[in-house]
Amino acid sequence: MKKMAIIASKGTLDMAYPPFILASTAAALGFDVKVFFTFYGLQLLKKDLSDVKISPLGNPAMPMPVPMPSLVQVLPGMESMATVMMKDKLKKKGVASLEELRDMCLEAGVTLIACQMTLDLFDFKRDDLIDGIEYGGAATYLDFAGESNVSLFI
Amino acid sequence: MNIDKELDARGLSCPLPILRTKKVLSDMTSGQLLKVVATDSGAPKDMQAFANQTGHELVTHSETNGEYTFVFKKK
Repeated sequence: MKKMAIIASKGTLDMAYPPFILASTAAALGFDVKVFFTFYGLQLLKKDLSDVKISPLGNPAMPMPVPMPSLVQVLPGMESMATVMMKDKLKKKGVASLEELRDMCLEAGVTLIACQMTLDLFDFKRDDLIDGIEYGGAATYLDFAGESNVSLFI
Repeated sequence: MNIDKELDARGLSCPLPILRTKKVLSDMTSGQLLKVVATDSGAPKDMQAFANQTGHELVTHSETNGEYTFVFKKK
């Protein structure tokens, strides 16, 4: 059986998609998949994903309906607005929500591993995170990644 | 061709057509035929890759008016 190991290290809406899309698809293709969530990526294992947002700030490649100078992007509420607009667009285009993709990963037997060090660093409680995941560290990841056909850092 | 099951994946974007196809196939028995209709223009290449990786045979595929039709034979 082919194996894929992913490190998910980012916690913004745009960077949350690639690990879940690749993990769920690889599982559908018959891969044994493990995803290790570390640093800001740990946000993606929280029960409530409403904190996962996108910011136009410092992201000049983000397509905008109207050009928006950086000085405007710093205004309060801009991040929430950009997030609402992006989620709306994702839905309209038939892209699955993060929650859906994460559920499909779990359903397909993808192993989601939370970085224990990050949990301690940010004072997260295991109770904040979804059920059905594992906890571990760098060695846990490498134990699996060393035998993987595909290994990605996202 | 005797289709055993149909899946409407129209309006869905990557990777949902693949994930739904996999799910439906897993409830079918070996040799049965599944017809999938999708509108994702990435689907032709992805469905072929899905067949390559899983061993389910892509029996036919076609396109009419932006709709892609695939027939899989379960491994």
